[in-house]
Amino acid sequence: MTQPKSMPMPKHQPTHQPTPQCAQRRRFLHQSGLAIAALGGSGPLAALAQTQGTLTMAYNVDLPSWDPTVGPSAVNPTIQSLYKAVFAQFIDQNADLSLRPDLLTKWGWNADKTQVSLTVRSGAKWHDGTPVTAEDVAWSLRRAGDSKTGNPIQFLWSKLANIQAQGDTVTADVKEYEPALFKWMAFLTGYVLPKAYFEKVGPAGFEKKPVGCGPYQVLEFVQGSHLKLQAFKDYAGPRPAFETVLVKFTTDPSARVAELQAGRSDLTLEVPYEEAERLKAKGFGASIAPVSDIGMIFLSNVGPMRDDKVRQALAMAIDKKGLAGKLLKGHVKPIDTLQAPGYAAFDASITAPFDPKKAAALMAEAGYTRDKPLRFKVQTTRGFKPKDFEVMQAVAGMWKAIGAEVELEVYEVAKHFELRAQHKLAPAAFYNWGNAIGDPSTSTGFAMFSHSPHSAWKDPKGLDAMIGPLWGEKDEARRIAGYKAVDRHIAAHALVIPLFQYSQTVVYRKGLKFTPHGAGFVLPQAVGRA
Amino acid sequence: MLRTAAGVGLTLLGVSLVVFVLMRVVPGDPVAMMIPPGASPADVQRLYAFYGLDRPIAAQYGLWLSAALRGEFGTSISLKQDVLGLVLARLPATLELGAGAMALALWLGGAAGVLSASAHGRWPATLVDGAAALVQAVPDFLWGLVFILLFGVWWTWLPISGRIDPMLAFDAHSGFLFAESLLRGRWDVTASVLSHALAPALALGLPVAAMVARVLKASMQEALAADYVLLARLKGLSPLRVLLAEALPNALTPTLQLSGVQFAFLLGGTVLVERLFSYPGIGSLAIQAVVARDLPLIQAIVLTFAVLFITINLLVDALTRWLNPRLRAAGR
Repeated sequence: MTQPKSMPMPKHQPTHQPTPQCAQRRRFLHQSGLAIAALGGSGPLAALAQTQGTLTMAYNVDLPSWDPTVGPSAVNPTIQSLYKAVFAQFIDQNADLSLRPDLLTKWGWNADKTQVSLTVRSGAKWHDGTPVTAEDVAWSLRRAGDSKTGNPIQFLWSKLANIQAQGDTVTADVKEYEPALFKWMAFLTGYVLPKAYFEKVGPAGFEKKPVGCGPYQVLEFVQGSHLKLQAFKDYAGPRPAFETVLVKFTTDPSARVAELQAGRSDLTLEVPYEEAERLKAKGFGASIAPVSDIGMIFLSNVGPMRDDKVRQALAMAIDKKGLAGKLLKGHVKPIDTLQAPGYAAFDASITAPFDPKKAAALMAEAGYTRDKPLRFKVQTTRGFKPKDFEVMQAVAGMWKAIGAEVELEVYEVAKHFELRAQHKLAPAAFYNWGNAIGDPSTSTGFAMFSHSPHSAWKDPKGLDAMIGPLWGEKDEARRIAGYKAVDRHIAAHALVIPLFQYSQTVVYRKGLKFTPHGAGFVLPQAVGRA
Repeated sequence: MLRTAAGVGLTLLGVSLVVFVLMRVVPGDPVAMMIPPGASPADVQRLYAFYGLDRPIAAQYGLWLSAALRGEFGTSISLKQDVLGLVLARLPATLELGAGAMALALWLGGAAGVLSASAHGRWPATLVDGAAALVQAVPDFLWGLVFILLFGVWWTWLPISGRIDPMLAFDAHSGFLFAESLLRGRWDVTASVLSHALAPALALGLPVAAMVARVLKASMQEALAADYVLLARLKGLSPLRVLLAEALPNALTPTLQLSGVQFAFLLGGTVLVERLFSYPGIGSLAIQAVVARDLPLIQAIVLTFAVLFITINLLVDALTRWLNPRLRAAGR
């Protein structure tokens, strides 16, 4: 990568330098107190995060790649906040998960839902100064649907064909109706990239020097270390509160807490609930707000789980309210379906009551008692989600009381995915499920439909017959009602055991303002001054 | 020389084979973590084929080995970058950290060992021995947490994450930031790199320092009881000179040999300590690779560690021969 001589940049790691000018760089350095920060000592270092105009974030994951549409990082929910700082999506999301314009100002179907029409925002510019065009949007859609580019959501984008740009409008034919198409435009891989620039530099060049049209442009990126962003002066939306953002990749939670406490970072996220409470008591700002992420116990239709009574008993025996209140200090919300409050198909009337007496009776009917218990293996993560192992230990205790003795096995995330894809999970297995767009197809649909590689319960006749028609249902009200019926069926037969809706922790220094987002985004552009 | 080269080659081949097979046998499938929700079985199969994971393990290893012999270690599954480039970009950070930690360990352990040997039977020796036992009992990552709390949170003396102050502009030509900044007289960068490395280097070096102190003390006691030391005392040499000029050089060989082995283990310790301090070296890269089941990257990192282990041991052997006249003579 070549760099202008007037802008010395570290070459020790991959670095990126978009279009900032020398003066901007000097202002950046001036604002961040470079002159006093280098020689160590508590004063200047501690003062670093307080520099006016710079927001320093201790971030919990590293950024693997700058192309938000391909590879594993494209489907990593936590990385999306950084992508959304640099790139615009087709459509954006409000904090309540509803849609709002981003690069598209209007979107919709034709009458028979065989075509889509998208209106592209006028006046938007790429970070290299060139205008964003409708052709950029059309090209991004075509590229997303091309199996050769490696977009993990290609199966969805490929449902559009004959994508054309004319003026500020993009039209496309719908090969296969996808009810959640526009929601996906605000979700994973739904980003608009600059056609001309990308074709000029190629994927490798784009990794070295990414160009988007989001509120921040990349000033410097050192993989595994930090990312520097600078507010884009020609950004089409509101100007962010902070001129520069420094993102420190700090994967260890205790190090993130220390960063904040030492005053070296202004804001951090994903710290344990207890730590967030403790820091709040010390005068830090803290947000512990529900997000679109749930904890659940997958049940596989193998061995004892084939018995309706056993499953219902296991579900009834779990005191979710008790677990949420005592073990998780009220920071999670008990749920009875795969829809959390705020999701499109959430229905508070669908419940799975806690009734240990009835649970014991059902187990007895199935032939199991405390003296003659049912024995099976349960898998769980440990330290992946808040108190996951402790929750499952408590669940094991509750199950023991009704005549089910379980062997708890701790597994890693990678192993969970492998076993889930092979339909080899233990009869009961704890894991989480994120659903940033809150659509039932991306929760109940993918988690319970037999043909989905992510489902554990395989019921090609019963459940699939209910879910199958909903994939292409054009009447939205009927589709949502259909999913509610599916959820009611699932709850009645305990085909999965939903546990809690999680909250996300964001802790920040005094003087900042942070508004939580239902999808769990921690956007630099959404952090303001109190 | 030829025998050594053949031994090194065989060792690396063995390591690569074991790691290759292990990573494919243990649970955790990188493709399973990437399967999109709507993927059909054919889509999944295409993903396996794309990453070359649809062939038998023997065929996969053969392909990998032939490419590796040409210097091609593949593309990282999670980072989508050339594996060799990734490892080479991160390696200098770990080498500088490891060297700094070892220097601290030798300095602290050496001083403690000499003090303990010279004050044998008195309270300073008891104090040093007790401290060494305590330091050795606590693993490096725990020291890391202690130092984060002490130097980062309570006293805020040192930075606790990263390798260099991100606000510093430094047009580095190599990954060896410390060495390069020294050579170019960029003292601000040198100070920043040092301040960032001090806490992790201490965390890595303290347990090694304790080991060095104990071995050096034992060797020193043996040397102090030898005839040539008695002769030096009878000649009227000062106790300090006897200690440092007569006993210490002869006690160094076993300490040096141990230090070589310990340095190799110390580098292994960077995996956890680098993560703790968000230090962008090969250790933190290793954790990232393992979590993502990034098979080509794991393979390259393990091989790099193996090369480092072998190189360090060869260097220590050479140094030991050079320092010990008897071994030098035997070599001739």
